[in-house]
Amino acid sequence: MEARLGIYLVRRFFLMVLTLFGISVLVFVMLRLVPGNIADIVFNAAGMIDVAEKAKLEKELGLDQPIVVQYAQWISGLAHGDLGYSYVSEKPALQEIAPRIPITAKLAGLALTFAVIFGVPLGVISAVRQNTALDYVLRVISLSGLSMPAFWLGLLILMGFVAYFGTIPIYTNPPKGFWNTFLLFSIPAAAVGFRSSALVMRLTRSSMLEVLRQDYIRTARAKGAPNQSVYYRHALRNAMLPVVTVIGIEAAFLMGGLIVTETVFNIPGVARFLVEAIRWRDYPIVQNLVMFIAVVAVSINFLIDLLYAVLDPRIRYAK
Amino acid sequence: MIAKLIANVALAVAVSTIAQADEPKHGGILHIYHRETPPSLSIHEEATFSVNVPAMGLFNNLVIYDQHKPQNSMSDIVPELATSWAWDSANTVLTFKLREGVTWHDGKPFTAKDVKCTFDLLQDKAQDKFRKNPRRDLFNNVSEVTTNGDFEVALHLKRPQPSLLAMIASGYTPMYPCHVTPAQMRTHPIGTGPYKFVEFKQNESIKLARNENYWKKGLPYLDGIEYTIISNRATAVLAFVAGKVDMTFPTEMTSALMQDIKQQDPTAICEIKPINVNTNLIVNRENPPFDNIELRKAMALALDRKAFIDIIFQGQADAGGTLLPPPEGVWGMPPEILKTVPGYGDVNKDREQARAIMVKLGYGPNNPLKIKVSTRNLATYRDPAVVLIDQLKTIYIDAELDPVESSQWFAKIARNDYSVGLNLTGNGIDDPDQAFYENYACGSERNYTHYCNKELEALFDKQSVETDVEKRKKMVWDIDKKLQEDVARPILMHARSGTCWKPYVKNMTIMNNSAYNGYRYDDLWLDN
Repeated sequence: MEARLGIYLVRRFFLMVLTLFGISVLVFVMLRLVPGNIADIVFNAAGMIDVAEKAKLEKELGLDQPIVVQYAQWISGLAHGDLGYSYVSEKPALQEIAPRIPITAKLAGLALTFAVIFGVPLGVISAVRQNTALDYVLRVISLSGLSMPAFWLGLLILMGFVAYFGTIPIYTNPPKGFWNTFLLFSIPAAAVGFRSSALVMRLTRSSMLEVLRQDYIRTARAKGAPNQSVYYRHALRNAMLPVVTVIGIEAAFLMGGLIVTETVFNIPGVARFLVEAIRWRDYPIVQNLVMFIAVVAVSINFLIDLLYAVLDPRIRYAK
Repeated sequence: MIAKLIANVALAVAVSTIAQADEPKHGGILHIYHRETPPSLSIHEEATFSVNVPAMGLFNNLVIYDQHKPQNSMSDIVPELATSWAWDSANTVLTFKLREGVTWHDGKPFTAKDVKCTFDLLQDKAQDKFRKNPRRDLFNNVSEVTTNGDFEVALHLKRPQPSLLAMIASGYTPMYPCHVTPAQMRTHPIGTGPYKFVEFKQNESIKLARNENYWKKGLPYLDGIEYTIISNRATAVLAFVAGKVDMTFPTEMTSALMQDIKQQDPTAICEIKPINVNTNLIVNRENPPFDNIELRKAMALALDRKAFIDIIFQGQADAGGTLLPPPEGVWGMPPEILKTVPGYGDVNKDREQARAIMVKLGYGPNNPLKIKVSTRNLATYRDPAVVLIDQLKTIYIDAELDPVESSQWFAKIARNDYSVGLNLTGNGIDDPDQAFYENYACGSERNYTHYCNKELEALFDKQSVETDVEKRKKMVWDIDKKLQEDVARPILMHARSGTCWKPYVKNMTIMNNSAYNGYRYDDLWLDN
């Protein structure tokens, strides 16, 4: 059994490496298919159309070289821990990217915690109290969470704060201390987590409802198992498989997909920086940042696969 | 008697309080939001006031427009790093006496060599080059820069050009140190200005701190300025209302947003002013059928500028020619001349005339001319382009919007790959030399329509050497009128834009005729 699990893990690992290689090629090529490069943007911003000067800058940045050479240079740099220099700030890309990761990680972590803390229990309650008033209320709340655009909710929260408290919970300076950090990030995290918790809640509910109809649940009840034991020991564990998958996908999404929340709450995180870098065609930043997000997403998927193996014995025994 | 005494004491206390309130106070950090991450902090290499606003406080010019006179004009240029200036009798040598005892932020002394280095960089004569040099052409007339000791420098001109002083007074012409490379100036600028560079974090903030060794003794009053980058305008406005920032980004507010701010914070001080940015029509005169001047004239006659101003700026913009119109603009055509220019009079009559031209050229309601109106895919470009398309319909031109990805806009124009376009042109200084040579001279890089009229170019030179301001104005008006008649680049409107600040921010002056020159902020102070 352990040998089979080992093979399963090795296979998943190689698939992960292959996926990352594919992403690196895709990102690199797609970025160069987008019209314009940094030289175009830099000269456009000044209303200049001097072709010779643009070519000079392209040469200086190595953009005149064949795409394969550029790719090889990037990958070889990456292998040596050299991420290159940002075209815009002219600082090492690592120096630009690294400080933004903890900011987004804090926001994403809090949002995910919010989503799990509220989403899973409310999903269970909604399932076990199916078709009661409480179930209807929870379903309406979860639907509104899914349908409210993040920028609208974010702005509404900001306007509410300004109108009722005379302050605005946006990021202007790095917060000092745990509580200040927690307070600053908790409001945007709640805005993001509201949507995620709605998703988790709906999925937990439907998954629980499906599991509760299974024969083994009926058997457990027939054997006289108390409700709490049936719901949380027998049903929830099995119902969690799809929920864990969604939580994993949400976690990967939150690392790079919080552009709206970061913009509205003015958080200098990864997503906002990525969009800005794309706007400037700052290739070293975009390539490395996308690769970072890809590594996070692929790693989370790998962990979920491992968790599957733990949660579902069928996966461990599959050939 | 006692009552009189009490009244006198109360009056004395009140007067003393008012006097104290008006007395500048040292200290405090001024918080301003910045609308975007600027490309760098090297003023010479950039062409957006997103750079000038945070970076002007780092530097000094030789001379500068008086920072508390809203209208930039030749008579309001004051000394800065130069203590005085003088023209020779032929008006071809401009000599500056330099201030002694000024040091760069890194402690090195400022001398005439630095002035020469700055002009060498601007003219691409230095060994180190700028990555880009958008205002190189402004100094084409400077043949040589010579120094006489450490504190005198002379600019030798090919021909007289009184407005050279205006260009040197612009926020776009700070002095750069010889000993710092252009690359370092982009990331960690060193100046002589009232504030020192502290840090610049993309998407986050730009921080400046008081220069303790500033040559203006006792200044700046502020301990520093922090520009928080808030790219979402709704968040930025709420941050201002909530008091998180003391001031909005200069000349960034629309009239509607300013009303909203005043409603939420009645104490806020808001001003709306022209920014010397015009919206204009560019027509590719080299490709048929637009090589026909009659067709271009018909297009110019179809324009209803009031409609543009009302729709796009809720009435807060101005109709004018190439130069910003008076009273804020110094050189623009006065209304009595402007209304004699074709296309600036009765819209219905003009359109009747335009339709007649179009019919003569073979177009009509059943046979409209089908074109594309190309423009940058940004709201400030796209919105007026949509109004333009609607107006062109009235003269049998069936136009379709062609939004061009922003990075490709000028490349597309350079390739002549457009027929009709809508563009925005900003002027760093309200001066005819800059506007004419940059946008209308034969072969100029920014003469996007390739308009070339040698006779008119001779008139550019003639007005440029004229030292009598009133005489020069009349020459400028004639040129501007001729440019509009030639449909060189029809001007649709000159934008106005607003700024708001909290009442405790003192000594703030917003410029009337340029958005590029008024951000030294060395005598701003906070009364809180």
